[in-house]
Amino acid sequence: MKHIFKALSLSVLLVTTQSAQAALNVFACEPEWGALAQELGGDKVTVFTATNALQDVHHIEAKPSLVAQLRKADLLVCTGSELEIGWLPVLLRQAGNTNVLAGKAGNFEAAHYVRMLEIPSRLDRADGDVHPGGNPHIQTDPRNIAKVGDALSQRLAEVDAPNATFYQAKHKDFAQRWQEASKRWETQAAPLKGMAIVVQHKGFPYLEDWLGLREVATLEPKPGVEPTSSHLSEVLTQLQRQPAKMVIRAAYNSERPSQWLSERAKIPAVALPFTVGGSDRAKDLFSLFDDTVQRLLDAAK
Amino acid sequence: MFNQKILVRAIALTFLLPAAAKANDSNELEALRAEIQQMKQSYETRIQTLETRLQTTETVAGNADKKAEEASVQASARPTASNALNPDISLILSGTYANRSQDSNYHITGFQAGGEIGPGTKGFNLGESELGVYASVDPNFYGGLNLALAPDNTIGVEEAFVQTTTLPYGVTLKAGRFFSSIGYLNDQHAHTWDFVDNPLAYQAFLGNQFGDDGIQLKWLAPTDLFLEFGAEYGRGRIADTEGRDENGGGAGSIFAHVGGDLGISSSWRAGLSYLDVSPKDRKSNDIDALGSDVTNSFTGNSKVWLADFVWKWAPNGNATNTSFKLQGEYLHSTQKGDLTYDVDQAANTGRYTASQDGWYLQGVYKFLPYWRAGLRYDQLNSGSVNYGDNAANLANSSYDPKRISAMLDFSPSEFSRIRLQVSSDKSRQEATDNQVFIQYQMSLGAHGAHKY
Repeated sequence: MKHIFKALSLSVLLVTTQSAQAALNVFACEPEWGALAQELGGDKVTVFTATNALQDVHHIEAKPSLVAQLRKADLLVCTGSELEIGWLPVLLRQAGNTNVLAGKAGNFEAAHYVRMLEIPSRLDRADGDVHPGGNPHIQTDPRNIAKVGDALSQRLAEVDAPNATFYQAKHKDFAQRWQEASKRWETQAAPLKGMAIVVQHKGFPYLEDWLGLREVATLEPKPGVEPTSSHLSEVLTQLQRQPAKMVIRAAYNSERPSQWLSERAKIPAVALPFTVGGSDRAKDLFSLFDDTVQRLLDAAK
Repeated sequence: MFNQKILVRAIALTFLLPAAAKANDSNELEALRAEIQQMKQSYETRIQTLETRLQTTETVAGNADKKAEEASVQASARPTASNALNPDISLILSGTYANRSQDSNYHITGFQAGGEIGPGTKGFNLGESELGVYASVDPNFYGGLNLALAPDNTIGVEEAFVQTTTLPYGVTLKAGRFFSSIGYLNDQHAHTWDFVDNPLAYQAFLGNQFGDDGIQLKWLAPTDLFLEFGAEYGRGRIADTEGRDENGGGAGSIFAHVGGDLGISSSWRAGLSYLDVSPKDRKSNDIDALGSDVTNSFTGNSKVWLADFVWKWAPNGNATNTSFKLQGEYLHSTQKGDLTYDVDQAANTGRYTASQDGWYLQGVYKFLPYWRAGLRYDQLNSGSVNYGDNAANLANSSYDPKRISAMLDFSPSEFSRIRLQVSSDKSRQEATDNQVFIQYQMSLGAHGAHKY
C-alpha cells in the first residue's frame, strides 16, 4: 500500500514537472517550416510536421491524426496564400483550438513576410489551380527562408514570452549561419545564371528569381493540371526553337512527364528535393539547399 | 555649374582665336592651341563621366520605380472594397441520367422506410443544386447556410447553423439545422459521396440522411490518438417528418469517433453512435398482403445503433496517382409505435414493433490520376417484425433486400466529377431493378475543404 502510494505520488510529481517544462507545441503544415521552427526553437519546442516531401501539399486529407495534433498546438506555422485551403480550414474547425485560429498569435503564415511572385491579374478557375495571393512555393529561395525566420523567431518569442531571450539568441546564430551558407550557395550557383529550364509544375519561381534561371516552358498545361500528351509534344516542339538545359520537378511530382521530355529532348531530368526530406541528402534546411544547388550544377555540366 | 564654366572659357577662347592669329606669334598660338585641346579633352572626359553617372542614376531610379510598382501591386492585391467581407459562397451543380429496368414506385420489402429514398425517376434528372454560404460571424462564431434547390423548383434548407469557435478545452457547440454526426456518411453532403446514392441501411433506418433542428456538443480529447465525443438533442425531423410541436426534443444522439495513422501511407477512423428518435407521422411506401401499393404512417420511437469504420491508403500519403479507401457501416434499428396501414383508404392503426439491421461495405480505388473505380455491397436483414392489428394487411417477410453497385468516376480537377454507376438493386422482393446512372457534379465558387 505504502509503495503504491509512493509510486503514485512520484508519478503525479513527474506529470506536474513535465507539464511545467512542457515545450511549445508547434504544428507545421510543411516540412520546411517544421525544420525552421526546430532551428529557431531548439529544445524549447516540440515540432509536429503535418505533411512530408513526397506529398502534394495542395491535396492533403484532413486526417484524424492531424485534427488530434492541431488540438494541442500552441503555434501553427503554414505557408498560407491558400496553399492549404483544401484541408487546413476543416482541421481548424474540427480541432476546436482557440490558440491557432486565424488572427491569433498562434497562427503564423509565412507568405505574409516575403515578396510574393506570380500574383494573378485575373482570378478564374479556367486558369487551373490559381492562388489569389501569389505563387505559394516560397521556400525555394533562401532569402525567403531568412525573412520568414526573422518573423517566426519574433512570433516564438511572443507566444512563449518567458523564453524570448533564448529564441533571440537562437535566431542570431541561425541568421548568421544562414547568411554565410547563402553566400556560399550563390557563389557555387553563379554559373547557372541565365540558364533556360523547363519545369513540371509552376513550383519554382522563387528559385528562378534567386539564381536567375529562365523558365521557358511548363509541363503542366495549367497549374495543377496533369501534363497531357498533346501539351508535352508542344513543349518538345518549342524546345527545338528555344532549347533548355534541363527539366525540373519536385520530389512529390510523378517522374513520368519529366522522363518523357528528357528522353526526347535529350536534356537531363532533375528531381529537386523541394523541401526538407525530399531527397536522402536534404535532412535539414542547410542540406536542402546544398543538395538543390548541387543537383542543378550536376545537371548543367 | 562646372560645365558652364568650361563652356564659357571655351567660347571665349574661340572668339579670341582670330585675334591671337593676328598677333602672328606662332609660339604663343601653339601654346594656346594646346591649351584649348587640353581643355576640350578634359571637357569631353568630364561630360562622359557625367553621362555615365546619369545613366547609373537612371537605372537605379528605374529599379526603384519597379520595386515601388511591385509593392503597390502587392498592396492593391489586398481587398479594400466594402464587399470584401462577404462570406464564402459555393454552388454545387449536379445532374443524373438514369436508365432502370423497373418502375419508380420504390419501396424496400419488409421495411417501413420513409424520407427521400430510392433511385429517383428515370431519364434525365437535375440533381439537387446546393448553394452554400459560410463565414466567420465574429471572433466567437462561425455560421453557414446550405440550400438545396430541388429540380421541382422547391427550396429546402439543408443546413443552417452557427457554431462556436472560441470555447476552451476542445469543446464546440453547434446550433441550428445540421446533419447529425452519427455514423460516417451521415454528415457528408451528397456531392462528396462516392456513389450516386446512399447505402440501403441509411435509406431504411435514417430516411437517407438524418438532419435535425437542434444543438450539438462536441469534445475533442487532448490526446495523440484522435478521440472525439459528441451529443445532440433536437426536434426529431427524421425522414421528412416535421418533428414534434412539444416542449423539449424528439431526438437525442451520442457518438464517439476514434482515429489515427498506420505509418505514413494509411489512416483510419472508427465510430460508434446511438440515435433515439420519435418520428411523428413518418410516411412509407409499401405493398400490402394483396399486392397493392399503399402508403403507411408510423408514429412512435426508433432506436438506431451505428458502427462505422473507414481506412484510407495512398503511397507515402500522396493520393495524386493511387489511393484506396475502404469503408463499412453497420446499423441496427429497433422501432416501437403505432403503424397506420394505408393512410389514404383503410387507415387502420395497429401496434408495430420491429428489430432489424443492415450493413454495407465499399471500396474505392484510384488507379490513375483523375480516375477512380468503386464497388459497394449493401444488405438489409428482415429481422423480426410484428404488425399487431395489421397482421392481416401487411404480410411478414423473411426477404433480405440487397444491392450491388459498381462505379467509375473521372475528376479532371477537384471541382468537377463525372460518374458512371451500375447497380443491381434487389430492394423489392418481386423485382430486380437493374440501374445505370450517369452523373455530373461540379462545384463553383469558394474552395471547399472536405472532411475526412
